[in-house]
Amino acid sequence: MSASQQALPALRFPIISLNNGLQPLLARIEEPLINFALALILPLSILSLWFVATKEVWLPPQILPEPTFVWETLLDTLQSGELLTHVWASFQRVILSLLIGGAIGLSIGFAMGLSNTAKTYLYPSFSLFAQFPVIGWAPLMIIFFGIDEAMKIATITVAVIVPFAIATYKGMENVPSKLLEVGRIYKFSFWQTLRHIALPAALPAVLGGVRQGGMQAWLALVFVEIMASSEGLGYFLSYSRNLMQLDVVMVCMLAIGAVGLLFDVGLTRLEQHFSHWIPKGF
Amino acid sequence: MASDAFTRLRTTDFRGWVLPLLLLVSWEYTTALQWVDTRIIPSPLLVLETAWQWLISGQLVASLISSLWRDIAGFSLGSLIGISVGLALGISKVTNRIAGPTFHTLKHISLFAWIPLLTAFFGREDLAKVVFITFSTLYPVALGTLEGVRGIPLSQLEVARVYGFNSRQTLFRLVLPAASPQILSGLHLGLIYAWLATIGGEFLMPSVGEGIGFTVIRGRASFHIEQIIFGMLIIGGIGYLFNHLATRLETRLLHWRGRPS
Repeated sequence: MSASQQALPALRFPIISLNNGLQPLLARIEEPLINFALALILPLSILSLWFVATKEVWLPPQILPEPTFVWETLLDTLQSGELLTHVWASFQRVILSLLIGGAIGLSIGFAMGLSNTAKTYLYPSFSLFAQFPVIGWAPLMIIFFGIDEAMKIATITVAVIVPFAIATYKGMENVPSKLLEVGRIYKFSFWQTLRHIALPAALPAVLGGVRQGGMQAWLALVFVEIMASSEGLGYFLSYSRNLMQLDVVMVCMLAIGAVGLLFDVGLTRLEQHFSHWIPKGF
Repeated sequence: MASDAFTRLRTTDFRGWVLPLLLLVSWEYTTALQWVDTRIIPSPLLVLETAWQWLISGQLVASLISSLWRDIAGFSLGSLIGISVGLALGISKVTNRIAGPTFHTLKHISLFAWIPLLTAFFGREDLAKVVFITFSTLYPVALGTLEGVRGIPLSQLEVARVYGFNSRQTLFRLVLPAASPQILSGLHLGLIYAWLATIGGEFLMPSVGEGIGFTVIRGRASFHIEQIIFGMLIIGGIGYLFNHLATRLETRLLHWRGRPS
Protein backbone atom coordinates (compact mmCIF):
# COMPACT_ATOMS: atom_id res chain seq x y z
CA MET A 1 0.00 0.00 0.00
CA SER A 2 2.66 2.47 1.02
CA ALA A 3 4.67 1.64 -2.07
CA SER A 4 1.81 2.54 -4.38
CA GLN A 5 1.24 5.76 -2.48
CA GLN A 6 4.81 6.78 -2.98
CA ALA A 7 4.76 5.84 -6.61
CA LEU A 8 1.64 7.81 -7.37
CA PRO A 9 1.55 10.79 -5.02
CA ALA A 10 -0.76 12.72 -7.33
CA LEU A 11 -3.60 10.35 -6.62
CA ARG A 12 -3.45 10.89 -2.87
CA PHE A 13 -6.27 12.79 -1.31
CA PRO A 14 -5.22 15.85 0.69
CA ILE A 15 -7.59 14.91 3.55
CA ILE A 16 -5.37 11.98 4.49
CA SER A 17 -2.78 14.19 6.13
CA LEU A 18 -5.46 16.19 7.94
CA ASN A 19 -7.58 13.43 9.34
CA ASN A 20 -5.89 10.24 10.42
CA GLY A 21 -9.17 8.51 11.16
CA LEU A 22 -10.10 8.54 7.50
CA GLN A 23 -6.79 7.21 6.30
CA PRO A 24 -7.49 3.44 6.41
CA LEU A 25 -10.80 3.96 4.64
CA LEU A 26 -9.33 6.11 1.90
CA ALA A 27 -6.38 3.79 1.47
CA ARG A 28 -8.83 0.99 0.90
CA ILE A 29 -10.58 3.01 -1.80
CA GLU A 30 -7.34 4.22 -3.31
CA GLU A 31 -5.94 0.88 -4.41
CA PRO A 32 -9.03 -0.30 -6.34
CA LEU A 33 -9.18 3.20 -7.83
CA ILE A 34 -5.65 2.89 -9.21
CA ASN A 35 -6.42 -0.61 -10.47
CA PHE A 36 -9.55 0.67 -12.15
CA ALA A 37 -7.64 3.47 -13.84
CA LEU A 38 -4.97 1.05 -15.06
CA ALA A 39 -7.62 -1.38 -16.33
CA LEU A 40 -9.12 1.40 -18.45
CA ILE A 41 -5.87 2.09 -20.33
CA LEU A 42 -6.16 -0.79 -22.78
CA PRO A 43 -9.88 -0.48 -23.66
CA LEU A 44 -9.50 3.30 -24.04
CA SER A 45 -6.50 2.98 -26.34
CA ILE A 46 -8.31 0.39 -28.47
CA LEU A 47 -11.30 2.72 -28.61
CA SER A 48 -9.16 5.69 -29.68
CA LEU A 49 -7.41 3.55 -32.30
CA TRP A 50 -10.87 2.58 -33.53
CA PHE A 51 -11.88 6.27 -33.68
CA VAL A 52 -8.77 7.17 -35.66
CA ALA A 53 -9.21 4.18 -37.98
CA THR A 54 -12.75 5.21 -38.87
CA LYS A 55 -11.88 8.93 -39.14
CA GLU A 56 -9.02 8.19 -41.53
CA VAL A 57 -11.08 5.44 -43.26
CA TRP A 58 -8.37 2.77 -43.03
CA LEU A 59 -11.10 0.19 -43.57
CA PRO A 60 -14.36 0.61 -45.45
CA PRO A 61 -17.14 1.77 -43.07
CA GLN A 62 -19.16 -1.36 -43.91
CA ILE A 63 -16.45 -3.45 -42.26
CA LEU A 64 -15.50 -1.12 -39.46
CA PRO A 65 -18.39 1.13 -38.39
CA GLU A 66 -17.74 4.19 -36.26
CA PRO A 67 -17.81 3.63 -32.47
CA THR A 68 -20.42 6.34 -32.05
CA PHE A 69 -22.58 4.58 -34.62
CA VAL A 70 -22.34 1.31 -32.66
CA TRP A 71 -23.28 3.19 -29.50
CA GLU A 72 -26.32 4.73 -31.22
CA THR A 73 -27.34 1.31 -32.53
CA LEU A 74 -27.09 -0.05 -28.99
CA LEU A 75 -29.39 2.69 -27.70
CA ASP A 76 -31.78 2.24 -30.63
CA THR A 77 -32.11 -1.52 -30.28
CA LEU A 78 -32.50 -1.14 -26.53
CA GLN A 79 -35.21 1.50 -26.90
CA SER A 80 -37.18 -0.38 -29.53
CA GLY A 81 -37.03 -3.46 -27.33
CA GLU A 82 -35.61 -5.52 -30.19
CA LEU A 83 -32.43 -6.45 -28.33
CA LEU A 84 -34.26 -7.42 -25.16
CA THR A 85 -36.72 -9.60 -27.10
CA HIS A 86 -33.82 -11.61 -28.49
CA VAL A 87 -32.04 -11.74 -25.13
CA TRP A 88 -35.23 -13.04 -23.54
CA ALA A 89 -35.71 -15.71 -26.24
CA SER A 90 -32.13 -16.96 -25.76
CA PHE A 91 -32.41 -16.79 -22.00
CA GLN A 92 -35.55 -18.95 -21.95
CA ARG A 93 -33.88 -21.59 -24.11
CA VAL A 94 -30.86 -21.78 -21.82
CA ILE A 95 -32.95 -22.03 -18.67
CA LEU A 96 -35.21 -24.75 -20.08
CA SER A 97 -32.20 -26.76 -21.32
CA LEU A 98 -30.45 -26.31 -17.99
CA LEU A 99 -33.49 -27.74 -16.21
CA ILE A 100 -33.89 -30.74 -18.52
CA GLY A 101 -30.18 -31.43 -18.99
CA GLY A 102 -29.54 -30.79 -15.32
CA ALA A 103 -32.14 -33.37 -14.28
CA ILE A 104 -30.71 -35.99 -16.67
CA GLY A 105 -27.09 -35.19 -15.81
CA LEU A 106 -27.76 -35.29 -12.07
CA SER A 107 -29.51 -38.65 -12.37
CA ILE A 108 -26.65 -40.17 -14.39
CA GLY A 109 -24.10 -38.69 -11.99
CA PHE A 110 -25.93 -39.91 -8.91
CA ALA A 111 -26.46 -43.35 -10.41
CA MET A 112 -22.77 -43.74 -11.26
CA GLY A 113 -21.67 -42.27 -7.94
CA LEU A 114 -23.96 -44.33 -5.72
CA SER A 115 -24.08 -47.72 -7.37
CA ASN A 116 -21.10 -49.71 -8.53
CA THR A 117 -23.30 -51.73 -10.86
CA ALA A 118 -24.61 -48.63 -12.58
CA LYS A 119 -21.06 -47.38 -12.86
CA THR A 120 -19.74 -50.51 -14.58
CA TYR A 121 -22.59 -50.48 -17.08
CA LEU A 122 -22.81 -46.74 -17.71
CA TYR A 123 -19.33 -45.31 -17.28
CA PRO A 124 -17.60 -46.58 -20.46
CA SER A 125 -20.45 -45.43 -22.70
CA PHE A 126 -20.74 -42.17 -20.86
CA SER A 127 -17.06 -41.31 -21.07
CA LEU A 128 -17.16 -41.96 -24.80
CA PHE A 129 -20.26 -39.80 -25.14
CA ALA A 130 -18.61 -37.05 -23.09
CA GLN A 131 -15.75 -36.77 -25.56
CA PHE A 132 -17.92 -36.01 -28.55
CA PRO A 133 -17.76 -32.33 -29.43
CA VAL A 134 -21.15 -31.03 -28.35
CA ILE A 135 -21.91 -29.19 -31.56
CA GLY A 136 -21.36 -32.36 -33.58
CA TRP A 137 -24.85 -33.39 -32.51
CA ALA A 138 -26.55 -30.40 -34.07
CA PRO A 139 -26.90 -31.74 -37.67
CA LEU A 140 -28.36 -35.02 -36.42
CA MET A 141 -30.76 -33.15 -34.14
CA ILE A 142 -31.90 -31.09 -37.13
CA ILE A 143 -32.82 -34.31 -38.96
CA PHE A 144 -34.71 -35.74 -35.97
CA PHE A 145 -36.39 -32.63 -34.63
CA GLY A 146 -36.46 -30.23 -37.59
CA ILE A 147 -35.15 -26.72 -37.12
CA ASP A 148 -37.70 -25.73 -34.51
CA GLU A 149 -37.48 -25.17 -30.81
CA ALA A 150 -37.18 -28.89 -29.98
CA MET A 151 -33.92 -29.24 -31.87
CA LYS A 152 -32.35 -26.26 -30.12
CA ILE A 153 -33.42 -27.42 -26.70
CA ALA A 154 -32.16 -30.95 -27.47
CA THR A 155 -28.72 -29.80 -28.62
CA ILE A 156 -28.21 -27.42 -25.68
CA THR A 157 -29.49 -30.11 -23.31
CA VAL A 158 -26.85 -32.54 -24.59
CA ALA A 159 -24.23 -29.87 -23.89
CA VAL A 160 -25.49 -29.50 -20.33
CA ILE A 161 -25.73 -33.20 -19.43
CA VAL A 162 -21.99 -33.94 -19.57
CA PRO A 163 -20.65 -31.33 -17.11
CA PHE A 164 -23.56 -31.96 -14.73
CA ALA A 165 -23.06 -35.71 -14.72
CA ILE A 166 -19.26 -35.54 -14.37
CA ALA A 167 -19.41 -33.02 -11.53
CA THR A 168 -22.08 -34.99 -9.67
CA TYR A 169 -20.21 -38.25 -10.14
CA LYS A 170 -16.92 -36.74 -8.95
CA GLY A 171 -18.70 -35.13 -6.01
CA MET A 172 -20.22 -38.44 -4.95
CA GLU A 173 -16.92 -40.26 -5.39
CA ASN A 174 -15.29 -37.82 -3.01
CA VAL A 175 -17.85 -38.16 -0.22
CA PRO A 176 -15.62 -39.02 2.76
CA SER A 177 -15.96 -42.69 3.63
CA LYS A 178 -15.94 -41.72 7.31
CA LEU A 179 -19.31 -40.07 6.85
CA LEU A 180 -20.74 -43.08 5.04
CA GLU A 181 -19.53 -45.32 7.88
CA VAL A 182 -21.26 -43.12 10.45
CA GLY A 183 -24.41 -43.43 8.36
CA ARG A 184 -24.07 -47.19 8.34
CA ILE A 185 -23.67 -47.26 12.13
CA TYR A 186 -26.87 -45.23 12.48
CA LYS A 187 -28.55 -47.68 10.10
CA PHE A 188 -29.54 -44.94 7.64
CA SER A 189 -31.83 -46.01 4.84
CA PHE A 190 -30.80 -45.34 1.23
CA TRP A 191 -32.81 -42.13 1.11
CA GLN A 192 -31.49 -40.97 4.46
CA THR A 193 -27.92 -41.56 3.27
CA LEU A 194 -28.67 -39.59 0.14
CA ARG A 195 -30.47 -36.78 1.93
CA HIS A 196 -28.22 -36.36 4.97
CA ILE A 197 -24.77 -37.44 3.81
CA ALA A 198 -24.24 -37.75 0.07
CA LEU A 199 -26.14 -34.67 -1.11
CA PRO A 200 -24.67 -32.15 1.33
CA ALA A 201 -21.15 -33.52 0.85
CA ALA A 202 -21.40 -33.52 -2.93
CA LEU A 203 -23.21 -30.19 -3.17
CA PRO A 204 -20.18 -27.94 -3.80
CA ALA A 205 -18.96 -30.18 -6.64
CA VAL A 206 -22.48 -30.36 -8.08
CA LEU A 207 -22.75 -26.58 -8.04
CA GLY A 208 -19.41 -26.39 -9.81
CA GLY A 209 -21.03 -28.57 -12.45
CA VAL A 210 -24.01 -26.21 -12.60
CA ARG A 211 -21.63 -23.35 -13.41
CA GLN A 212 -19.80 -25.43 -16.05
CA GLY A 213 -23.14 -26.51 -17.48
CA GLY A 214 -24.34 -22.92 -17.65
CA MET A 215 -21.25 -21.84 -19.59
CA GLN A 216 -21.50 -24.83 -21.95
CA ALA A 217 -25.19 -24.11 -22.50
CA TRP A 218 -24.44 -20.53 -23.44
CA LEU A 219 -21.73 -21.69 -25.87
CA ALA A 220 -24.03 -24.23 -27.50
CA LEU A 221 -26.93 -21.79 -27.60
CA VAL A 222 -25.05 -19.20 -29.64
CA PHE A 223 -23.88 -21.93 -32.01
CA VAL A 224 -27.35 -23.39 -32.53
CA GLU A 225 -28.95 -19.99 -32.95
CA ILE A 226 -26.41 -18.98 -35.59
CA MET A 227 -26.96 -22.27 -37.38
CA ALA A 228 -30.75 -22.32 -37.55
CA SER A 229 -33.07 -19.95 -35.79
CA SER A 230 -35.60 -17.20 -36.25
CA GLU A 231 -35.15 -15.40 -32.94
CA GLY A 232 -32.58 -15.07 -30.21
CA LEU A 233 -29.23 -13.33 -29.93
CA GLY A 234 -27.36 -15.74 -32.22
CA TYR A 235 -30.01 -15.31 -34.89
CA PHE A 236 -29.93 -11.52 -34.59
CA LEU A 237 -26.13 -11.72 -34.85
CA SER A 238 -25.91 -13.79 -38.03
CA TYR A 239 -28.91 -12.06 -39.63
CA SER A 240 -27.25 -8.67 -39.18
CA ARG A 241 -24.00 -10.09 -40.51
CA ASN A 242 -25.76 -11.22 -43.68
CA LEU A 243 -27.11 -7.70 -44.13
CA MET A 244 -23.56 -6.41 -43.48
CA GLN A 245 -24.81 -4.37 -40.51
CA LEU A 246 -21.68 -4.79 -38.46
CA ASP A 247 -22.81 -2.21 -35.91
CA VAL A 248 -25.65 -4.54 -34.93
CA VAL A 249 -23.22 -7.48 -34.95
CA MET A 250 -21.06 -5.69 -32.41
CA VAL A 251 -24.06 -4.79 -30.28
CA CYS A 252 -25.08 -8.47 -30.28
CA MET A 253 -21.58 -9.55 -29.25
CA LEU A 254 -21.74 -7.02 -26.43
CA ALA A 255 -25.08 -8.44 -25.30
CA ILE A 256 -23.79 -12.03 -25.55
CA GLY A 257 -20.75 -11.08 -23.47
CA ALA A 258 -22.91 -9.29 -20.90
CA VAL A 259 -25.29 -12.23 -20.46
CA GLY A 260 -22.32 -14.63 -20.29
CA LEU A 261 -20.77 -12.47 -17.58
CA LEU A 262 -24.06 -12.40 -15.66
CA PHE A 263 -24.33 -16.19 -15.85
CA ASP A 264 -20.76 -16.61 -14.66
CA VAL A 265 -21.06 -14.17 -11.77
CA GLY A 266 -24.47 -15.48 -10.72
CA LEU A 267 -23.51 -19.15 -10.80
CA THR A 268 -20.16 -18.48 -9.06
CA ARG A 269 -22.07 -16.66 -6.29
CA LEU A 270 -24.41 -19.63 -5.99
CA GLU A 271 -21.44 -21.97 -5.75
CA GLN A 272 -19.80 -19.88 -3.05
CA HIS A 273 -23.03 -19.44 -1.15
CA PHE A 274 -23.50 -23.16 -0.71
CA SER A 275 -19.90 -24.10 -0.07
CA HIS A 276 -19.04 -21.40 2.49
CA TRP A 277 -19.21 -23.92 5.32
CA ILE A 278 -16.17 -25.79 4.01
CA PRO A 279 -13.07 -24.60 5.87
CA LYS A 280 -10.71 -23.22 3.27
CA GLY A 281 -6.94 -23.47 3.42
CA PHE A 282 -6.61 -20.08 1.74
CA MET B 1 2.67 -63.43 -24.32
CA ALA B 2 -0.46 -65.42 -24.99
CA SER B 3 -1.24 -65.87 -21.31
CA ASP B 4 -0.65 -62.17 -20.81
CA ALA B 5 -3.26 -61.33 -23.41
CA PHE B 6 -5.53 -63.92 -21.86
CA THR B 7 -5.36 -62.40 -18.37
CA ARG B 8 -6.06 -58.99 -19.82
CA LEU B 9 -9.04 -60.42 -21.62
CA ARG B 10 -10.29 -62.04 -18.44
CA THR B 11 -9.85 -58.96 -16.27
CA THR B 12 -11.57 -56.64 -18.77
CA ASP B 13 -15.05 -55.83 -17.56
CA PHE B 14 -17.34 -56.55 -20.47
CA ARG B 15 -20.39 -55.14 -18.73
CA GLY B 16 -19.41 -51.74 -20.10
CA TRP B 17 -20.14 -53.10 -23.58
CA VAL B 18 -23.71 -54.03 -22.76
CA LEU B 19 -25.22 -50.59 -23.27
CA PRO B 20 -23.56 -49.75 -26.63
CA LEU B 21 -24.31 -53.24 -27.99
CA LEU B 22 -27.92 -53.02 -26.84
CA LEU B 23 -28.20 -49.69 -28.62
CA LEU B 24 -26.65 -51.07 -31.79
CA VAL B 25 -28.88 -54.15 -31.84
CA SER B 26 -32.08 -52.16 -31.24
CA TRP B 27 -31.01 -49.70 -33.94
CA GLU B 28 -30.50 -52.56 -36.41
CA TYR B 29 -33.81 -54.19 -35.46
CA THR B 30 -35.95 -51.07 -35.64
CA THR B 31 -34.61 -50.28 -39.09
CA ALA B 32 -34.71 -53.88 -40.36
CA LEU B 33 -38.33 -54.28 -39.23
CA GLN B 34 -39.21 -50.87 -40.72
CA TRP B 35 -40.60 -49.57 -37.43
CA VAL B 36 -39.15 -46.19 -38.29
CA ASP B 37 -38.84 -44.34 -41.55
CA THR B 38 -35.53 -45.64 -42.90
CA ARG B 39 -35.05 -42.43 -44.81
CA ILE B 40 -34.75 -40.65 -41.46
CA ILE B 41 -33.00 -43.39 -39.53
CA PRO B 42 -30.81 -45.45 -41.87
CA SER B 43 -29.66 -48.90 -40.83
CA PRO B 44 -26.22 -49.32 -39.25
CA LEU B 45 -25.21 -51.48 -42.21
CA LEU B 46 -25.88 -48.61 -44.59
CA VAL B 47 -23.68 -46.37 -42.43
CA LEU B 48 -20.95 -48.99 -42.57
CA GLU B 49 -21.32 -49.22 -46.32
CA THR B 50 -20.99 -45.45 -46.67
CA ALA B 51 -17.91 -45.59 -44.47
CA TRP B 52 -16.36 -48.21 -46.74
CA GLN B 53 -17.10 -46.21 -49.88
CA TRP B 54 -15.63 -43.09 -48.36
CA LEU B 55 -12.56 -44.98 -47.34
CA ILE B 56 -11.80 -46.59 -50.69
CA SER B 57 -12.59 -43.48 -52.71
CA GLY B 58 -9.99 -41.60 -50.66
CA GLN B 59 -12.51 -38.91 -49.81
CA LEU B 60 -12.31 -39.65 -46.11
CA VAL B 61 -8.54 -39.29 -45.99
CA ALA B 62 -8.64 -36.07 -48.02
CA SER B 63 -11.25 -34.42 -45.81
CA LEU B 64 -9.55 -35.62 -42.63
CA ILE B 65 -6.20 -34.23 -43.75
CA SER B 66 -7.56 -30.79 -44.54
CA SER B 67 -9.53 -30.62 -41.29
CA LEU B 68 -6.60 -31.80 -39.22
CA TRP B 69 -4.23 -29.43 -40.98
CA ARG B 70 -6.37 -26.45 -39.99
CA ASP B 71 -6.80 -27.86 -36.50
CA ILE B 72 -3.07 -28.28 -35.90
CA ALA B 73 -2.12 -24.95 -37.49
CA GLY B 74 -4.63 -23.11 -35.32
CA PHE B 75 -3.73 -25.09 -32.22
CA SER B 76 0.02 -24.46 -32.57
CA LEU B 77 -0.44 -20.74 -33.15
CA GLY B 78 -2.98 -20.47 -30.36
CA SER B 79 -0.76 -22.36 -27.91
CA LEU B 80 2.23 -20.12 -28.64
CA ILE B 81 0.19 -16.95 -28.20
CA GLY B 82 -1.67 -18.40 -25.22
CA ILE B 83 1.47 -19.34 -23.32
CA SER B 84 3.02 -15.93 -24.03
CA VAL B 85 -0.10 -14.10 -22.88
CA GLY B 86 -0.36 -16.28 -19.78
CA LEU B 87 3.30 -15.69 -18.92
CA ALA B 88 3.01 -11.94 -19.49
CA LEU B 89 -0.09 -11.69 -17.29
CA GLY B 90 1.34 -13.99 -14.64
CA ILE B 91 4.89 -12.66 -14.30
CA SER B 92 4.39 -8.93 -14.65
CA LYS B 93 2.07 -7.18 -12.20
CA VAL B 94 1.87 -4.11 -14.43
CA THR B 95 0.80 -6.09 -17.50
CA ASN B 96 -1.74 -7.92 -15.41
CA ARG B 97 -3.24 -4.69 -14.06
CA ILE B 98 -3.41 -3.12 -17.50
CA ALA B 99 -4.41 -6.06 -19.74
CA GLY B 100 -5.89 -8.51 -17.21
CA PRO B 101 -9.35 -6.96 -16.83
CA THR B 102 -9.83 -6.60 -20.59
CA PHE B 103 -8.62 -10.16 -21.12
CA HIS B 104 -10.98 -11.58 -18.51
CA THR B 105 -13.92 -9.54 -19.76
CA LEU B 106 -13.52 -10.59 -23.39
CA LYS B 107 -13.60 -14.28 -22.46
CA HIS B 108 -17.28 -13.95 -21.60
CA ILE B 109 -18.19 -13.41 -25.24
CA SER B 110 -19.26 -16.87 -26.32
CA LEU B 111 -16.77 -18.43 -28.75
CA PHE B 112 -19.08 -18.79 -31.74
CA ALA B 113 -20.28 -15.20 -31.44
CA TRP B 114 -16.94 -14.15 -32.97
CA ILE B 115 -17.62 -15.96 -36.24
CA PRO B 116 -19.82 -13.34 -37.96
CA LEU B 117 -17.25 -10.61 -37.24
CA LEU B 118 -14.40 -12.88 -38.34
CA THR B 119 -16.06 -13.61 -41.67
CA ALA B 120 -16.47 -9.87 -42.26
CA PHE B 121 -12.75 -9.35 -41.75
CA PHE B 122 -11.20 -12.53 -43.13
CA GLY B 123 -13.77 -14.07 -45.45
CA ARG B 124 -14.82 -17.70 -45.16
CA GLU B 125 -11.78 -19.55 -46.41
CA ASP B 126 -8.96 -21.27 -44.56
CA LEU B 127 -7.58 -18.04 -43.11
CA ALA B 128 -10.78 -17.23 -41.21
CA LYS B 129 -11.01 -20.82 -39.93
CA VAL B 130 -7.43 -20.95 -38.71
CA VAL B 131 -7.83 -17.56 -37.00
CA PHE B 132 -10.96 -18.86 -35.27
CA ILE B 133 -9.21 -22.06 -34.11
CA THR B 134 -6.22 -20.01 -32.91
CA PHE B 135 -8.54 -17.79 -30.94
CA SER B 136 -10.38 -20.68 -29.30
CA THR B 137 -7.12 -22.38 -28.29
CA LEU B 138 -5.66 -19.17 -26.91
CA TYR B 139 -8.00 -18.76 -23.94
CA PRO B 140 -7.73 -22.15 -22.21
CA VAL B 141 -3.95 -22.20 -22.74
CA ALA B 142 -3.48 -18.65 -21.44
CA LEU B 143 -5.70 -19.28 -18.42
CA GLY B 144 -3.84 -22.51 -17.60
CA THR B 145 -0.45 -20.82 -17.91
CA LEU B 146 -1.62 -17.92 -15.77
CA GLU B 147 -2.83 -20.30 -13.08
CA GLY B 148 0.47 -22.19 -13.17
CA VAL B 149 2.60 -19.06 -12.85
CA ARG B 150 0.42 -17.77 -10.02
CA GLY B 151 0.89 -21.03 -8.17
CA ILE B 152 4.69 -20.81 -8.01
CA PRO B 153 5.62 -20.43 -4.35
CA LEU B 154 7.63 -17.38 -3.29
CA SER B 155 10.23 -19.64 -1.68
CA GLN B 156 11.20 -21.09 -5.07
CA LEU B 157 11.53 -17.63 -6.58
CA GLU B 158 13.73 -16.62 -3.64
CA VAL B 159 16.01 -19.59 -4.23
CA ALA B 160 16.33 -18.51 -7.86
CA ARG B 161 17.25 -15.00 -6.69
CA VAL B 162 19.83 -16.35 -4.26
CA TYR B 163 21.45 -18.29 -7.09
CA GLY B 164 21.54 -15.09 -9.11
CA PHE B 165 19.38 -16.39 -11.98
CA ASN B 166 18.99 -13.87 -14.76
CA SER B 167 15.53 -13.38 -16.24
CA ARG B 168 16.15 -15.95 -18.97
CA GLN B 169 17.25 -18.59 -16.48
CA THR B 170 14.31 -17.74 -14.21
CA LEU B 171 11.94 -18.27 -17.10
CA PHE B 172 13.38 -21.52 -18.43
CA ARG B 173 14.61 -23.13 -15.20
CA LEU B 174 11.99 -21.99 -12.73
CA VAL B 175 8.78 -20.57 -14.20
CA LEU B 176 8.16 -22.91 -17.12
CA PRO B 177 8.99 -26.18 -15.29
CA ALA B 178 7.11 -25.17 -12.15
CA ALA B 179 4.04 -24.13 -14.10
CA SER B 180 4.20 -27.07 -16.51
CA PRO B 181 1.36 -29.14 -14.96
CA GLN B 182 -1.14 -26.31 -15.38
CA ILE B 183 0.29 -25.34 -18.78
CA LEU B 184 -0.15 -28.94 -19.93
CA SER B 185 -3.72 -29.14 -18.71
CA GLY B 186 -4.35 -25.81 -20.43
CA LEU B 187 -2.92 -27.28 -23.64
CA HIS B 188 -5.08 -30.37 -23.18
CA LEU B 189 -8.19 -28.21 -22.88
CA GLY B 190 -6.94 -26.12 -25.80
CA LEU B 191 -6.68 -29.24 -27.94
CA ILE B 192 -10.30 -30.14 -27.19
CA TYR B 193 -11.44 -26.59 -27.93
CA ALA B 194 -9.38 -26.48 -31.14
CA TRP B 195 -11.24 -29.55 -32.43
CA LEU B 196 -14.58 -28.06 -31.38
CA ALA B 197 -13.66 -24.88 -33.25
CA THR B 198 -12.48 -26.82 -36.31
CA ILE B 199 -15.84 -28.55 -36.61
CA GLY B 200 -17.86 -25.51 -35.57
CA GLY B 201 -15.96 -23.36 -38.04
CA GLU B 202 -16.70 -25.79 -40.87
CA PHE B 203 -20.39 -25.91 -39.88
CA LEU B 204 -20.83 -22.15 -39.66
CA MET B 205 -18.40 -21.00 -42.37
CA PRO B 206 -19.16 -23.41 -45.20
CA SER B 207 -16.89 -22.89 -48.19
CA VAL B 208 -15.60 -24.90 -51.09
CA GLY B 209 -12.93 -27.43 -50.22
CA GLU B 210 -12.54 -30.49 -48.08
CA GLY B 211 -13.23 -31.04 -44.41
CA ILE B 212 -14.96 -33.54 -42.17
CA GLY B 213 -17.46 -30.91 -40.98
CA PHE B 214 -18.37 -30.08 -44.58
CA THR B 215 -19.11 -33.76 -45.12
CA VAL B 216 -21.75 -33.60 -42.41
CA ILE B 217 -23.19 -30.30 -43.64
CA ARG B 218 -23.39 -31.55 -47.22
CA GLY B 219 -24.97 -34.77 -45.99
CA ARG B 220 -27.62 -32.68 -44.31
CA ALA B 221 -28.21 -30.58 -47.40
CA SER B 222 -28.62 -33.65 -49.62
CA PHE B 223 -30.51 -35.56 -46.90
CA HIS B 224 -27.93 -38.36 -46.72
CA ILE B 225 -28.42 -39.24 -43.09
CA GLU B 226 -25.92 -42.09 -43.21
CA GLN B 227 -23.31 -39.55 -44.24
CA ILE B 228 -24.17 -37.37 -41.23
CA ILE B 229 -23.98 -40.28 -38.79
CA PHE B 230 -20.73 -41.49 -40.27
CA GLY B 231 -19.23 -37.98 -40.14
CA MET B 232 -20.32 -37.57 -36.53
CA LEU B 233 -18.71 -40.86 -35.55
CA ILE B 234 -15.45 -39.75 -37.17
CA ILE B 235 -15.63 -36.37 -35.41
CA GLY B 236 -16.26 -38.07 -32.09
CA GLY B 237 -13.53 -40.61 -32.75
CA ILE B 238 -10.94 -37.91 -33.46
CA GLY B 239 -12.02 -36.03 -30.34
CA TYR B 240 -11.62 -39.22 -28.32
CA LEU B 241 -8.20 -39.89 -29.85
CA PHE B 242 -6.94 -36.37 -29.10
CA ASN B 243 -8.14 -36.61 -25.52
CA HIS B 244 -6.58 -40.02 -25.06
CA LEU B 245 -3.23 -38.94 -26.52
CA ALA B 246 -3.17 -35.76 -24.46
CA THR B 247 -3.89 -37.69 -21.25
CA ARG B 248 -1.13 -40.20 -22.01
CA LEU B 249 1.34 -37.47 -22.85
CA GLU B 250 0.45 -35.49 -19.74
CA THR B 251 0.99 -38.47 -17.46
CA ARG B 252 4.29 -39.25 -19.11
CA LEU B 253 5.63 -35.70 -19.10
CA LEU B 254 4.59 -35.13 -15.52
CA HIS B 255 6.15 -38.39 -14.38
CA TRP B 256 8.74 -36.47 -12.38
CA ARG B 257 6.09 -35.27 -9.99
CA GLY B 258 6.03 -38.76 -8.53
CA ARG B 259 2.33 -39.49 -9.00
CA PRO B 260 0.02 -39.42 -11.99
CA SER B 261 -2.36 -36.51 -11.81
